[in-house]
Amino acid sequence: MGWKEKILRRSLWVYHLGTGACNNCDIEILDVLTPRHDAERFGIKLVGSVRHADVLLVTGVITRKCLPRVLRVYEQMPEPRVVVAIGACPMEGCVFKGSYNQAGPLDKIVPVSLYIPGCPPKPEAIIAGVAKLMETLK
Amino acid sequence: MARKTVIPIGPFHPLQEEPEHFTLTVEGERVVDVDMELGYNHRGIEKLAEAKSWQQITFLVARICGICSTSHPIAYCNAVEDLCKVEIPERAKYIRTIVGELERIHSHLLWLGLAGHFLGYNTVWMWAWKWREPVLDIFEALTGNRNHYDMLLPGGVRRDIDEKNIPWIKKEMDEIKKKLDMITKAVLDDPVILSRLKGVGVLPPEEAKNYGAVGPTVRASGVKIDVRKDDPYAAYDKVDWDVITCENGDLLDKVVVRILETFESIKIMEKCLDALKEVKGEIITPIREFPPGEGIGHHEAPRGETFHYVKSDGGAGPIRHKVRAPTYVNLPTCKVTAPGCQIADAVIILAAIDPCYCCTERVGIVRDKKKEWLTQQDLVKLSWEKTERLRSKYAR
Amino acid sequence: MKELKEKLGDKLINLYEHTPKRIYVEIKREDLKDTVNYLFNERDMRLATASGVDGRREMEILYHFSEDKTGKVFSLRVKIPKDDLKVDSITPLIKGAEFIEREIHEMLGIDFVGHPNLKPLLLAEDWPEGIYPLRRDEKGIKNLKDKNWEK
Repeated sequence: MGWKEKILRRSLWVYHLGTGACNNCDIEILDVLTPRHDAERFGIKLVGSVRHADVLLVTGVITRKCLPRVLRVYEQMPEPRVVVAIGACPMEGCVFKGSYNQAGPLDKIVPVSLYIPGCPPKPEAIIAGVAKLMETLK
Repeated sequence: MARKTVIPIGPFHPLQEEPEHFTLTVEGERVVDVDMELGYNHRGIEKLAEAKSWQQITFLVARICGICSTSHPIAYCNAVEDLCKVEIPERAKYIRTIVGELERIHSHLLWLGLAGHFLGYNTVWMWAWKWREPVLDIFEALTGNRNHYDMLLPGGVRRDIDEKNIPWIKKEMDEIKKKLDMITKAVLDDPVILSRLKGVGVLPPEEAKNYGAVGPTVRASGVKIDVRKDDPYAAYDKVDWDVITCENGDLLDKVVVRILETFESIKIMEKCLDALKEVKGEIITPIREFPPGEGIGHHEAPRGETFHYVKSDGGAGPIRHKVRAPTYVNLPTCKVTAPGCQIADAVIILAAIDPCYCCTERVGIVRDKKKEWLTQQDLVKLSWEKTERLRSKYAR
Repeated sequence: MKELKEKLGDKLINLYEHTPKRIYVEIKREDLKDTVNYLFNERDMRLATASGVDGRREMEILYHFSEDKTGKVFSLRVKIPKDDLKVDSITPLIKGAEFIEREIHEMLGIDFVGHPNLKPLLLAEDWPEGIYPLRRDEKGIKNLKDKNWEK
């Protein structure tokens, strides 16, 4: 195990990237951080820049206008990169499947480590998903 | 002449959850111009709607936006019912009103929290979002989901409200009222917050009309428009309530309007819940024929009027479906409110219209080496620093 | 209603009342600016939005004006022939129409004469020119999608 993985095990800093979502997943992510769910007790923290982040949370269908920005944000992220697709949209498009402005599912654009399905997933599901992610990083 | 600096905000930055891009041009500390670029969230819903059936679109429009996920269906159903000239059952009207008002409560609380966050008052954020949770619990009990309620169909609603739930909902509403009362006193008595909000970002009523702005944004400027009152639908003409307006049109008034509206929404809800005990019967009139023609429906979403237009040729789905969300007309008002203010105030001014970009469609990065760069983080830091300065000034 | 009929006179092509609160008014393309001026400034209505519709024979733009005092919605219909997609811009009269016209321009390819800033609003920067997603006979979208999916 490298030292980077060792550090990763303790607390995950996440960066949130909305790429054409309906906002609901984004709000549920923020919800996870507020008092009822309080994910900070697990060391999960939302950071302001992707350069500080261990995990990239992606919500929403990838729109054409967002596509170059998604790639750019992904490249700015330090290694090891963990990408989490939240909600049905980045997986296959949800109700927006087949739209002219959808640039494709997220895993065709960047490698994805974890999918949390749902429209939107409940905060409990997001916490459970991230906990599972921590398991796999061990 | 002072040097002009261009500050790009977005499209991806930590605070507003959605991608959008603002370009602020500043001279020293003052903002002189603001420009915006949309389209990061454009998902082509209007085109998708043309390939779906009338019933399916209700679920599609619910996913235009996660915060107003019942406003768009209400407006859409109003449009379809206008096209077919059907009247929905009495009980369905009350249920629609209840869901619509619950959504307003949760949306305004959400905005209050975010506004607190932008001002550097994270306590307000945490409080408001904590008290928003019971509202989401009520949603879960009534509709089966915390967000994206999917309660409506053209012709009525999909689920009935169980009478067992009513006393519990009322109890929760009383709790929210108490807490909102507390937060109002705590927040609005704070001299720091007052000086951050008072007289900042004023929207004059003439400009509001010029831009066609709607909702709390213009009601704070004293323009009394509210679709619920002007063109009543659902049960809004059956219960007694008031349209809230303020006069100055500054940020403080926008906060006050939203807080008072929340109380008003609780009032409407309680009356509708009482009425549910009397009004029994069907909750949906199935619509089987969709005649050729046009229909227009609107609804007062938490952010303002949502406008839907459908055109039918008598087939299984519309041949044109136009959606206009409130932020679409409210956003350009920033061009009036932001210039002249300090950079530190820009964040809260841009947030004051309660922007919802995914609504706006369904609707850049400035690369000029000559120009100086500041990031959104710096900008929020500036905003927080100003609060700190004021805090130490007012500290006794 | 009556006032509207008198005021418009021979400019009016068709007036149809779907329900008492939903009124559709059809006028000629040339008279758009005058009529908008009358509705917006004299009758004090609010421009809710405008919808561009691709009809079979011609394009249509519906300007939805909302009269908040009475709750009525007046929809001003203008028909534009497909071989000459041009109409006067109303942005000089109503500032709020800027975004609306820009959107119709990029979705349907209708040219707004006199618009101060007619650049794309929503679509990506690398969106190919000449593809208008909301047109009925648009063939370009399909190829576009396949190409992008492969990436």
